[in-house]
Amino acid sequence: MSDQPTQPRLELRGASKAFGEVQALLNGCLSLYPGEVHALLGENGAGKSTLVKILAGVHKPDTGTLVINGVQRHFARPSDALEAGIAVIYQEPTLFADLSIAENIYMGRQPLDRLGRIRYDEMNRWTQEILQSLGVQLKATQLVRGLSIADQQVVEIAKALSLNANVLIMDEPTAALSRPEVERLFAIAERLRAANVAILFITHRLEEVFRLTQRVTIMREGAAVHFAMTAEMDHDSIVARMVGRDLSTYYPKADVTPGEVGLSVRRLSRTGVFRDISFDVRKGEIVALSGLVGAGRSEVARAIFGVDPVDSGEVYVMGQKLKLGKPATTVRAGVALVPEDRRQQGLALDMPIARNTSLTVLNKLVHFGLISGKAERALATEWGSKLKLKAHTVDAPAGTLSGGNQQKVVLGKWLATHPRVLIIDEPTRGIDVGAKAEVYQTMADLVKEGMAVLMISSELPEVLGMADRVLVMHEGRITADIPRDEANEERIMAAALGQTDPASRKAA
Amino acid sequence: MATTQKLNLRFSWEAMLCVVLVMSLGLGRGLSAEFLGTANVSNLLADFTEIALMALPMTLIIVAAEIDLSVASVMGMSSALMGVLWHMGLSMPLVVVLVLAAGILAGLFNGLVIVRLGLPSLAITIGTLAMFRGFSYLLLGDQAIADFPASWTTFGISTVGDSFLPQPFILVIIAAVGFTVLLQSTAFGRSLYAIGSNQTAAHFSGIDVARTKIKLFVMSGFMSALAGIIYTLRFSSARGDNGEGFELSVVAAVLFGGVSIFGGKGSLVGVLLSLLIIGVLKNALTLYDVSSEVLTIVTGLLLLSSVLVPNMAERLRAARIKRVMAAKAVAAR
Amino acid sequence: MSTTFMSQHSQSLAPVANPTPERQRWFLVLARNRESTLLVVLLLLIVGTGLAEPAFLSWHNARDVLLNVAITAILTAGMTVVMLMRHIDLSVSSTLGVTAYAVGSLFIAIPGMPVPLAIVAGVLIGVAAGCVNGALVTFGRVPSLVATLSTLYIFRGIDYAWVHGGQINATSLPDAFSHIATGNVLGLPILVVIAAVVLAGVGYYLKFFRGGREFYAIGSNPEAATLAGIRVNRRVFVGFLLSGALAGLAGVLWLARFGTVDASTGKGIELQVVAAAVVGSVAITGGVGNVWGATLGALLLGVINISLVVLRVSSFWQLAIQGALIVLAIVSDTLLSRRIAKWSMKKRELG
Repeated sequence: MSDQPTQPRLELRGASKAFGEVQALLNGCLSLYPGEVHALLGENGAGKSTLVKILAGVHKPDTGTLVINGVQRHFARPSDALEAGIAVIYQEPTLFADLSIAENIYMGRQPLDRLGRIRYDEMNRWTQEILQSLGVQLKATQLVRGLSIADQQVVEIAKALSLNANVLIMDEPTAALSRPEVERLFAIAERLRAANVAILFITHRLEEVFRLTQRVTIMREGAAVHFAMTAEMDHDSIVARMVGRDLSTYYPKADVTPGEVGLSVRRLSRTGVFRDISFDVRKGEIVALSGLVGAGRSEVARAIFGVDPVDSGEVYVMGQKLKLGKPATTVRAGVALVPEDRRQQGLALDMPIARNTSLTVLNKLVHFGLISGKAERALATEWGSKLKLKAHTVDAPAGTLSGGNQQKVVLGKWLATHPRVLIIDEPTRGIDVGAKAEVYQTMADLVKEGMAVLMISSELPEVLGMADRVLVMHEGRITADIPRDEANEERIMAAALGQTDPASRKAA
Repeated sequence: MATTQKLNLRFSWEAMLCVVLVMSLGLGRGLSAEFLGTANVSNLLADFTEIALMALPMTLIIVAAEIDLSVASVMGMSSALMGVLWHMGLSMPLVVVLVLAAGILAGLFNGLVIVRLGLPSLAITIGTLAMFRGFSYLLLGDQAIADFPASWTTFGISTVGDSFLPQPFILVIIAAVGFTVLLQSTAFGRSLYAIGSNQTAAHFSGIDVARTKIKLFVMSGFMSALAGIIYTLRFSSARGDNGEGFELSVVAAVLFGGVSIFGGKGSLVGVLLSLLIIGVLKNALTLYDVSSEVLTIVTGLLLLSSVLVPNMAERLRAARIKRVMAAKAVAAR
Repeated sequence: MSTTFMSQHSQSLAPVANPTPERQRWFLVLARNRESTLLVVLLLLIVGTGLAEPAFLSWHNARDVLLNVAITAILTAGMTVVMLMRHIDLSVSSTLGVTAYAVGSLFIAIPGMPVPLAIVAGVLIGVAAGCVNGALVTFGRVPSLVATLSTLYIFRGIDYAWVHGGQINATSLPDAFSHIATGNVLGLPILVVIAAVVLAGVGYYLKFFRGGREFYAIGSNPEAATLAGIRVNRRVFVGFLLSGALAGLAGVLWLARFGTVDASTGKGIELQVVAAAVVGSVAITGGVGNVWGATLGALLLGVINISLVVLRVSSFWQLAIQGALIVLAIVSDTLLSRRIAKWSMKKRELG
């Protein structure tokens, strides 16, 4: 880096970290200079979050060296990172719901008087000043419980600002922010950069990278694979290095003529979440439900499946009206849901693979009231081999598998019910490239066999590559219904942002 | 992948318990010659009848990541109710049926409050622990009712034929087999592990979590009432304070049996072994003239070891995996 | 255009804080003033019992209630600290029992021992017990329910082994020591004054010192506590030490109050203490509660017990009422907070 006159403020070399038998980070490298905004890019599961947590002192790396201002450091705990001037804004706000905003910001470093008592008035005043500088109408004494995600994010940012950090790490800070808030954050980032702060910025939105950052580090499969000036890169070269393979082979779209209607949703509404949702999914068809995070897509899926309540509306499966509100009934009607959050909703991570697989079909494995362990293992092995599951044994706990293989277990557990309608929420979130291709292939095979698939996805290429039709949601309503040959990024994006799509045929 | 295979070798708590059981039997034999005599074995088994009856459903509840601390109070309430109903002049069979029904109602109350309102079972059952015990005092005050028909009380104290097996213990054996099959090899049992391991995922898999949990608390109420009846017959005395404090012994036995307090892990085989070990140790040390109160030290230590020993084993295992993985990472670079 | 566009939020941020004051909702008022609500219930109970039986409002009764509640309230304060961290300490009753007997034995061994030294000795024994609990929970990673259940057994067992059927009588205790319960300061029993000072001290610490706030932080969100640089293990350890120390103090005071101590002293009191804390709206799920509320909870339970005696209701009602109160307190707290959550969601939606 000839054009960087100073030594790096922070340098990480050869960092690795394993969790149990999952190697989350293999070779993490990063150099961060004062006065720059540095983008850290990579697909989900590339090891970015692990790298961030090492810098934050949350994880101790198994190997590697960390040098700050020319001095080698070992962080034993997060407070060490804070003392070294490193502040982190996480993707998921980690706040104390039962405490006030001011206490959240100053926890562990509250202003004290001579006797060591906390000076609440001073703490609240400082907090109020920071909140005002951010232009938000929050009160320092307000409890965090009940704040929206966006407001909680603001508290996180205020905390980092209050720390006067000279290294600021932002792990997808814009994910939950509206446009004006993003602009405000960028203004703050610019101001901090001008004050010689080093900023590490993690995002999935490449236009933010080009707007805000000076340099990029790209990670793939647990290792840093490319370092460059942002100006030297363009959209395609970044994507190519992130993915590391040709994009065109990715989406094995099956050519199927849609049959009769498999899933039919009519005027489904839930107050404050979604309204008037109507659409059909035919057999042999993949319908994508697209839109921004928080638009209500997963909520619709969960309501159809019976996990969440609905206020009004009907759902028909193969023409039969579905009694809503009980997942067990929905499963019997032939619907499967591969949920958004694999670890929380999809799997019991401590349980063996076989027992996870059998969970949806326990009643079918019963002979004279008893479960046959042999039949259970046979079932798991059968689906494992169909889905190319990589596991030593089906008796291993599901938590020991990689993200992609975990997703295959979830898929297997649902396909074992022989569903006629498959709802799949974020099918490839956080799984590696190879597994992605296999999941896509599985979906293609399923529609060939006549499955009706509703796919919820935030990944535009995935939506464009796999879907026969694209439904777009905005603030709880469907704003567009675009057939495959007319779908493109601009139209989907416009509908997701709430512009009406004139050419769209109104959904069902 | 020889290393990975070795790393996957899990520490078997049940095997460990077997060893401990043999050791405690040896200890008992060493401490007293009469230890393995028919009379003593009979005593030994009779003494943990009630704890065992309540530990069986408790195992299922803890596997599902809940807890029921009110069991001993339901037991005491059942005992008191039995006395009151008998004094009202009802026939014994009817008394027994009504008492069991009351136990079911108590369990249903726990289950409904916990499940329908989504409240922590620990807090609620501490509340109902006091409440049900209060009811038993309300029913019987500090009186004791001891005039149960002899035909029933002899059942409490006699053995099967000339063998060492106490008659009430037959119920324990039947219940143990039933609960073991239920937990270990039915769909219901499987769903309990799933609920305890990840309740959300279980719900998403189409398991009716609410109904399953209510069933558990009802079972617990029923078995506690049964324990209350047996206890009353064994000592032919219905009292409000019968079984006071038993809840902790029950929980201790279940946890020492290798069931995780966080749910999702453990087996009834382990719990049965644990019950035997505790029974044997208590009996052996009592023969050696150690008072039963002092014996609680043993219960406490066993309980602690049930968590500490696997924790340490797991820590060693994790450290070994870490070294292997770090070496692999270096090699891969 | 980006490869992924999941990262935009579709809703513009509406400021949630509403600067203009609006009509207070009943449930909000209740929730913000849990302690005041409890106080009102307590006063109603006292007035009600007083009206039904004027003899209730006697100085003698008040003194009795205060002496009884003082000891439970100290234990409840310790339990509050532990429960704030989302832990529980069931061993307090055994610690109390051991301490009471140990201090009594000290008096027998050293008849002229000064009273302050006795108190210090009691607290130190409590600290030692807390140390064991803290070490098990932090270093041993034993869930606190299991750890303190075990030590409940172990400490009590040690007590029995040591006492071996004996007991300490008031006659073996110096008058200066019994004076703690019988003597007065400012018209109040010395024991009550000691308890009040300790409770105020713990309450003040929880509110105004970093260490105190960290208990709340840990119980509210353990992960965030780690991220905020709090040494969670150390703090949890200190919390158990504190609970042990307060149980030790309670043991000394118990000895002073009752004079007679055997191996079963204080058996079962741990559930009363948890009950008082829960009724005093200390959340069993951590992060919420304070000493003032917990003390009110202990007072309420104590006053109910005396009221039953005064109203000649069978004392057998005590336990049933106590149990029903715990269930009621948890249920109403939960329903209240749900009502608020629903209301704030609605409010946000309306803008």
